[in-house]
Amino acid sequence: MKAPFATALAIAIGLLVLLGYFVPMPLLLNLRTILLGWAVILVAVATVVGVINLARVHWNKATRKEGRDIYSAVFLVAFLLTIAAGAVLGPTSPDFQQVVLSIQVPAESSLMALLAIVLAYTSLRLLQRRNGILAILFVFSAVIFLFLASGLLAGADSISPFKEIISILNRLPVAGSRGILLGIALGSLVAGLRILMGVDRPYRG
Amino acid sequence: MTPDQIDNVLGVGLIVIAAVALFVLAVPLRGKVRHVFRVIPGIVRLRRAIGLTVENGKRLHVSLGQSSLTGASAAAGLAALSTLERIANLSMISDRPPIATSGEGSLSILSQDVLAAAYRDGNAPEQYDPNRGRLGGVTPLSYAVGTMPVMRDEQVSANILVGSFGPEVGLMTDAAHQQQAFLVAASDTLTAQAVLYAAAEEPLIGEELFAVPAYLQAGPFHLASLQVQDILRWLVIALILGGIILKLMGINLL
Repeated sequence: MKAPFATALAIAIGLLVLLGYFVPMPLLLNLRTILLGWAVILVAVATVVGVINLARVHWNKATRKEGRDIYSAVFLVAFLLTIAAGAVLGPTSPDFQQVVLSIQVPAESSLMALLAIVLAYTSLRLLQRRNGILAILFVFSAVIFLFLASGLLAGADSISPFKEIISILNRLPVAGSRGILLGIALGSLVAGLRILMGVDRPYRG
Repeated sequence: MTPDQIDNVLGVGLIVIAAVALFVLAVPLRGKVRHVFRVIPGIVRLRRAIGLTVENGKRLHVSLGQSSLTGASAAAGLAALSTLERIANLSMISDRPPIATSGEGSLSILSQDVLAAAYRDGNAPEQYDPNRGRLGGVTPLSYAVGTMPVMRDEQVSANILVGSFGPEVGLMTDAAHQQQAFLVAASDTLTAQAVLYAAAEEPLIGEELFAVPAYLQAGPFHLASLQVQDILRWLVIALILGGIILKLMGINLL
């Protein structure tokens, strides 16, 4: 087995955290809290390493001899300016946060608007690409639920039998989503067990 | 027993049953037992796309999503890493090694680790480049936007989006469509699954996300995982039906 120490450590810590969930012993609960705290710190450090890696990739793209990427240069300038402003003013400074948010919020709002257009266009193309019964059902249900959520039936939901029909229709997606989520939960359980058994070892590089 | 204690006993019972079943089913599979699973068209086309990509000297792009390893969606990230490892193994002989993008720092580091291990196992450690495991961005939209240039500029002919995504995955599927690249996608969130059903060429629904490594022949434990999931599914169905019957009989256990 490659990386036996890392594997043994991962399995031991995984089992301790799992025991901490199910066995109500103060020692295990404290140990679980400490280990999860360490994990959160490690994830934060990993994010910093990831951001440095991202900057390095863009540096390579901005400085290569052929096909330089101007957007990578823009990214690097914005990245350095943000770091410098954060270092000088402090990350909790209202001025710094206002500057960052006044760039980030409009940019992300524009992307959301773009996403809405992309999704509307994609929905129109759906029946062109897939013409099976499931695609028709998907579009049909999307129209029905858009209609239900539009508020046009605001008065009808107190009149029988519309009240019962609307109630049944509103429960359908809940039932369907529970089925899908149960499948995902079972898949998650088995994926976690493979890590606990040392079969999947994404940390062995 | 209090409801919390009943929850704990049921949870431990489910985990023990799953662990024993996984071990018992995986050990015979180490031999030459061949198990046949239902055909998932998206994965059949993915296998073909991997072969074509290697033949044509193009690149595979694996996007691992935004799972935090300390959060509820960690399993989706782990399934994505298993998929990446298998894809790196399958495309070892390609002139252009696969590229992985992620929206979370720890996933980004683990993707580099997985690629390094895959090349070392394949006796080609010189092919490993840490820049092939990238962080796309740390917020959902910045991740989507940071991934789109990879799809455009890196001669990618097949995209595999496996992991935890939100509705922003629609931007990534559109970018793949514009490049006329093959795309197979799976997510653990319901919103992304709804978007992918409409937008992706080959969407995988529900637990099919966790089946991708097994269908790419990742090993006996992955194949056994699918059987364990089926056993657990029947167990859950039996518990639900049993609960309904008891409720109808007026017996309330919880």
